[in-house]
Amino acid sequence: MRLKEKYFGILLTFLIMAAFWILLSGIFDAFHLISGIVCCTIVSIVSHDLLVKGKSEKKLLKSLRLLIYIPWEMWQIVLANIDVAYRVLHPKMPIDPRVIEFETTLRGEFSLVTLANSITLTPGTITISVEPEKGKFCVHAIAKEPADALLVDQTMQRKVAHVFMET
Amino acid sequence: MVIVHVAVTVLLGVGVFFTLVGSVGLLRFPDFYTRLHATGKCDTLGGGLIILGAIIYHFFHYPETLLVPAKLAFLIFFIFIANPTATHAIMKAAYKTGVEPWRLGERRR
Repeated sequence: MRLKEKYFGILLTFLIMAAFWILLSGIFDAFHLISGIVCCTIVSIVSHDLLVKGKSEKKLLKSLRLLIYIPWEMWQIVLANIDVAYRVLHPKMPIDPRVIEFETTLRGEFSLVTLANSITLTPGTITISVEPEKGKFCVHAIAKEPADALLVDQTMQRKVAHVFMET
Repeated sequence: MVIVHVAVTVLLGVGVFFTLVGSVGLLRFPDFYTRLHATGKCDTLGGGLIILGAIIYHFFHYPETLLVPAKLAFLIFFIFIANPTATHAIMKAAYKTGVEPWRLGERRR
């Protein structure tokens, strides 16, 4: 079972690399294709464990939920920009910066990274640091409302937990 | 073709607007952290919209080279991952070296 997973990882890495090679080169003669295959094989044997990590339970469902999460995140980015534009162009500059800390139930590497990047992209908040063991986030907020959105509503934490099934 | 040109112009215009707002924020905001708020966010969407405009323009004017729009689309994807990460890295470095966050009512630095 362990060996099978390893070969699956190598194969998946190889396929992704090959697709990327063809996309970036765009040349379909024998020399370029063969050198591409050779390079992809070497790279995928050496470093397949960087891309495909061991436990692969419910990976498909997680990717599907991530695909639903991304458009919501895009919309949040647009809102973030309008928010920043408003604060920049307003004559009185309505900002009240503060540093807040909160803890989450998330522990997975990928889910923590997703939450940290989402916080940075959404209106008025930037992640300063993350402690993976305790799931503790330190966040700089530009005003009171975005800080409350993270501390009180916790919409984003719940969404990310839903995507990665870590409730 | 007219619709394409209008769409491309609007995308480029909005992108340039947000990039400009980012620069204005860089000058107006009072301290290091709030300045990062302005640049880190506006550059993501501004750059993304400008590249999206370039994708649409290329797609309709040079349909024989479809690889170029695909590469540009990957560029947007990488910007959307790299920009928040870089912003976070700069923020963390500043926080660790002890740059004091500005509070309401203080003098601007």
